[in-house]
Amino acid sequence: MSLALSEALARLIAVLTLQAGYNANTVIAGTAVLGAAAGVVGTFVFLRGRALISDALSHATLPGIVLAFLAGTAIGIETRSLPLLLAGATATGLIGVALMHALTRLPRVTEDSAIGAVLGSFFGLGVVLLSYVQNLPLAGQAGLHHFLLGQAAAMARSEAITIALLAAFALAVVLYFFKEFRLVAFDRDFAAGLGWPVARIDLAMGGLGVAVTVIGLQTVGLVMIVALLVVPPVAARFWSNDVRTVALLAGIFGALSAYTGAAASYALSDMPTGAAIVLAAGMFAITGLLFAPRRGVIGVALAALRFRLGLARVRWLARVAAAEAAPHADPWLRLYLRATGLSDASGRPSARALREAPEAARNLSLWLAAITRRPEAVPAGARFGVDAATEVLPRDLLNEIEGRVA
Amino acid sequence: MSFTTFLQIDLPAGLTALFATLVCALAGNFLVLRREALLGDALSHAVLPGIVVGFLLSGTRAALPMILGAAAAAILAATLVHFVRRYGRVEPGAALGVVFTVMFAVGVVMLEQGAAHRVDLDPDCVLYGQLETILWLVATGPESLVDPAALSQLPRELVTLAITLVVLSGLVAWFWKEIRISTFDPELASALGIPANVFRFGVTLAAAVATVVSFEAVGSILVVAMIVCPAAAARLLTNRYGSQLTVTLMLAATAAILGYVAAAFGPGLFGSPNSLSAAGMIATFAGVILGLAAIAWRLRHAPRKVAAHA
Amino acid sequence: MLQAAGVNRDMTASIDPASPALSVRDLTVAYQGRPALWSVDYTTPQSGLVAIVGPNGAGKSTFIKACLGLVPTLSGEVKIFGERLARARNKVGYVPQRGSVDWDFPVSALDVIAMGRYGHVGIGRRLARADREAALSALAQVGLADLAQRQIGELSGGQQQRVFLARALAQDSQLYFMDEPFAGVDAVTEQAILDLLHKLDREQRTVVCVHHDLQTVADFFDHVLLLNRTKIAEGPVASTLTPENLERAYGGRTMQGVALPRAAARP
Repeated sequence: MSLALSEALARLIAVLTLQAGYNANTVIAGTAVLGAAAGVVGTFVFLRGRALISDALSHATLPGIVLAFLAGTAIGIETRSLPLLLAGATATGLIGVALMHALTRLPRVTEDSAIGAVLGSFFGLGVVLLSYVQNLPLAGQAGLHHFLLGQAAAMARSEAITIALLAAFALAVVLYFFKEFRLVAFDRDFAAGLGWPVARIDLAMGGLGVAVTVIGLQTVGLVMIVALLVVPPVAARFWSNDVRTVALLAGIFGALSAYTGAAASYALSDMPTGAAIVLAAGMFAITGLLFAPRRGVIGVALAALRFRLGLARVRWLARVAAAEAAPHADPWLRLYLRATGLSDASGRPSARALREAPEAARNLSLWLAAITRRPEAVPAGARFGVDAATEVLPRDLLNEIEGRVA
Repeated sequence: MSFTTFLQIDLPAGLTALFATLVCALAGNFLVLRREALLGDALSHAVLPGIVVGFLLSGTRAALPMILGAAAAAILAATLVHFVRRYGRVEPGAALGVVFTVMFAVGVVMLEQGAAHRVDLDPDCVLYGQLETILWLVATGPESLVDPAALSQLPRELVTLAITLVVLSGLVAWFWKEIRISTFDPELASALGIPANVFRFGVTLAAAVATVVSFEAVGSILVVAMIVCPAAAARLLTNRYGSQLTVTLMLAATAAILGYVAAAFGPGLFGSPNSLSAAGMIATFAGVILGLAAIAWRLRHAPRKVAAHA
Repeated sequence: MLQAAGVNRDMTASIDPASPALSVRDLTVAYQGRPALWSVDYTTPQSGLVAIVGPNGAGKSTFIKACLGLVPTLSGEVKIFGERLARARNKVGYVPQRGSVDWDFPVSALDVIAMGRYGHVGIGRRLARADREAALSALAQVGLADLAQRQIGELSGGQQQRVFLARALAQDSQLYFMDEPFAGVDAVTEQAILDLLHKLDREQRTVVCVHHDLQTVADFFDHVLLLNRTKIAEGPVASTLTPENLERAYGGRTMQGVALPRAAARP
């Protein structure tokens, strides 16, 4: 078992370092370009809340792919003409999108129902068509199957180059119009007020999403292409609040995931490309979820804990200043107060507490006055009661309330 | 085609398809009412790693280990979605999409690697189901229907589905009012002391179980059509809570029967000896039914303006 | 009314006459590090209708939800008739804001009202005939008897509000929390709601309402709790809504021509 494992590992490393032959290198590099495009375009798909519509779209491409294949065979075209299949995919995909919109316009049909319905029934139709084709003695139908879960290794070099070029083009378009996309995604009305053709920009954004989805169908598979669009931006989101940084990171994560996943699929047997790529992207997401300094689970939990302790400390000190101090009801907070030298063993205030109390009480009063009189003026990240009001609150607000606080 | 062939092939497969559709539509009815239809989609993908783990650990394809694995996976998925939404401040659709696709990818990899090595679960089954392998070969004629020995050899998937359908129906009937209030007004339910969270999660779990017991019949993706389409169509046809469920189940049964018959016998009408994918056909019919319901609604409501309220 | 329907739940027997309906101490609720309520103490008076008023975002709805255990608290104690909420659930009724419901949901007016009885019936059990009759009777009480089978989305705004009130009546509680029951209703419904509240008051039940309109507080209510995250003041309407208190509560937000409420006497 370990011999097979080390062999697999050696193969993987060879592929990753571009030593596995021209074909493999082209496919993997092309897939990386696809990943970058998907990450950046996917940032807008994600920001506009279109992730699940894209999933339904990708599933709705299946009937189109099979029908295009049948049409191609009927006319006598070479059995796997990628442009023809992708055209068929786009056609039924767009029909699916149109149907989703039509359904959602009905009063009792919610968007989630429409998406699920189109996804399931179009995919079902595709499965029926596949079963029909499987009964026919046609060549080249094995390739159809790969559109489901993706298979890099089955791709011809020319196809890989086509995909890379299309993806690069999509990437170039989104980068060129980044400023427009960003504003429309963030504040549509303002952009409209500037006189921009908002509807067309929206359409372009949607069109790019469709394009990248369809381009990626053969490599990543229709079941999982939506993940390549959405997981890298979500992973990037943990690290930044700025759309530009998120898009940049998403592109990088997407490219790396695609590269690693395609390599793994090439090197190892029984490793469908789509799944491998999504797994890699998923690892970026989990890392961000756990470890991102301000947004990750660990970081947030620690910050929340510090805030709770700080607030409890400040409230207790305020009671000390008002000469109402009693040992704190909560045993953990009693422990905390002792550990920070604010109370003695029996829970009564220490000398240090008595010194710090008046300032803490005044700070708390300032905060209460601020939040009751003008809550909207309080900065978003500021910590109520714990941060020094005089340093964190805006000057005009302080002027207004300092007079009122004794 | 003789009656015996019917008993051996079509009866078990058809009944399996019918029960699978009913079970999924039953759970889906409440998910659609809750506006969480996509949870069905997410669950059907997210439970895959749980199914595979259950299968690998138990070494059998018995239902219980797979169901337990799926339940664990559903809980993991719900937790991850919650975390991603809260910490990433990601909107619900994207959070759902991220979690379920990654979990599905994990499941696919485990399945493909396992299939290569020793495991008896066919990866394709996940995508399309394998209704055609559900057979009752010991049937010899009508007398088999009442012969305990023959009945004990009914395919495992069919028996599991039948039991699941009965159990879920029983639970829905027993907790009818609790499910209703926790779906409609969870806040009031909590205020009344009814644990809305428990019942809502119960419905989610039912959907996960429905997915698991159905996936061998119809695959992981096609269950989505069965979860969503009948219930969504019923919404367009009725305004009453009780009728909603009844209509959902009737539409589901219609899709299942029409779909199976069309797939199994349709090609024969065109002189072909083959059959098409029944699961896919059922999903397609479910979508068509929804489309017809939508058209019916449009016809009833388009020409007049909505009357002013009292 | 409810006695006639056979539901003879003599709630008063299990209530300690000495303890107030609601007693709150040091209630603090924070969302994302910001206090929505800060150290609020309050006790309901022996009788009379109570209004909770204050500017937007003052924590009025949060106060009610915290009393009902629907939001987590940072500190504080809530006692209902001297007991913790978990033990007193059956004595508390809740009429939430109208906006928080899915009006497309396939339930009829009577279905919704019957939900008010669920707290009495218990999990896994059926509604008894008495429960169904209580629901019908509550429906008649708000004047909607002939709309029993109508789906709720087909009702007017005022009718919807009355359905939720009927649901509260069906709950047969001793303490009622209502969140803006008068918001956005027509004059007829307003009078119907007012009649209902007076009836509850006559039956010795306590009613605490978040009220949105300073102009009408004095006309409808006897007592008031003035909130702006902290408690500004409490007491009889006339003596509590003084210019100084109102300035403390609303000042800093422009009061743009909001006239001070008249100290009108209740008929």
